[in-house]
Amino acid sequence: MSIARFVSCTAVTAALLASASVRRASADAPAPRVVEVTARRFEFTPAAIRLRKGETVTLRLRTLDVRHGLFSRPLGIDAEFEPGAARDVTITPRETGTFVVICDRFCGSGHGNMKIAVVVE
Amino acid sequence: MRNTDRRSFLKIAGISIGAGALYRVAPLLGAGREGAGLSRALREANGEPLRPFSFVQLSDTHVGFEGPPDPLGTRAFERAVETINALPEPPELILFTGDLTHDTEDRREHAARLKRFREIAGKLSVQAIHCVPGEHDAALDGGALFRESLGPTSYSFDHRGVHFVGLDNVSRGKPEIGKEQLAWLERDLSRFGPSAPIVVFTHRPLFDLKPEWEWFTDDGDAVMNLLARFENVTVLYGHIHRADHRRIGRADHHAARSLVFAFPDPESGAEKKPLPFRKERPFANLGIRRIAAPGAPGALSIDDVELSAAEFSGTAGIQQLLKGGSFA
Ligand SMILES: [Cu+2]
Repeated sequence: MSIARFVSCTAVTAALLASASVRRASADAPAPRVVEVTARRFEFTPAAIRLRKGETVTLRLRTLDVRHGLFSRPLGIDAEFEPGAARDVTITPRETGTFVVICDRFCGSGHGNMKIAVVVE
Repeated sequence: MRNTDRRSFLKIAGISIGAGALYRVAPLLGAGREGAGLSRALREANGEPLRPFSFVQLSDTHVGFEGPPDPLGTRAFERAVETINALPEPPELILFTGDLTHDTEDRREHAARLKRFREIAGKLSVQAIHCVPGEHDAALDGGALFRESLGPTSYSFDHRGVHFVGLDNVSRGKPEIGKEQLAWLERDLSRFGPSAPIVVFTHRPLFDLKPEWEWFTDDGDAVMNLLARFENVTVLYGHIHRADHRRIGRADHHAARSLVFAFPDPESGAEKKPLPFRKERPFANLGIRRIAAPGAPGALSIDDVELSAAEFSGTAGIQQLLKGGSFA
């Protein structure tokens, strides 16, 4: 569980890329597609995201009000983001299916239904 | 909330903080002495013979909640208090497993809701009431108001040889226990042997029941690892607004019914959406849980009771309920 989470975290991924050969390999690869995700109580925009299996994608998280979380065990997402700064989360979905990604930082009465449907094809 | 208010509530409700004499009981349970030997040892330790007792779990009262899924507000909670007070064998303890109040950004309003909770809970005729917070009580202010009103968000105590541990997996905003509390728990459990009966009560499940509905605790595994060496572990929790039982490893995990709107079955429910209110059965799926402790290491027996309101069914009855008339 924690390994999947670490790999999804951009900062740690960057640290793992310290070796020269890995850095060269990543320089050759196209930069991951960036999907902008905006959070405000109590919804994410967009509310649904389509990804391709095996495709590396960066979710760029921004909040318009308070601190929120983004969490999915199967997609290896566990992030928090605060007002004033974007937070990047890079994922490579390995399975197809529809995954419910939730806000897991309690942000008020509608928090329980704050989610994104991520469809991996 | 003024301190005097809190102190008088603790007195009225009999909330026990640090039952000193009982603390000496539990280590003996871990010493491997069973039966008569254990009973004698307990009597020597605190003069209290080992005997069975019962306690009650109540959950998710959400005082202050108003909304279409449940127009009755605190009526089920009040009903539960009356039901418990009428039990032929009164329970010795009541454990509340969180979401005692519904959240609000207005600090004064939240304090008023906590006060209202204490007023209703204070009518329970029991020796002691123990509460842990739910995210609606404590996530927005890190548990500050809860602590002011009801005391610590996590703690442990012993009662008749059973070790009770209240855990807080909500105050950090995220569904997690946190390193500090884990370290405390490890120290807390260190003086017990494997046969000590342990009851953990907390708000969210300590396992992945349904993470996509936020029915999990991120570091729940770490808690269960600390409990893995014990033979008699029961985890009582709330949050999911429905009764549920899972045995995982050697531990039993029981969710209690709520006292406002119920949620659907996590296995078959497509969405986390409250079950619709049914006028002909206003307290459908809401209820209390009675737990009997045998007084020695062994399984607790659990009895989930749905609140009934037969006399309030039908149009006239429901109007009476909604008016806030007496239940007498
Ligand atoms: Cu609740």
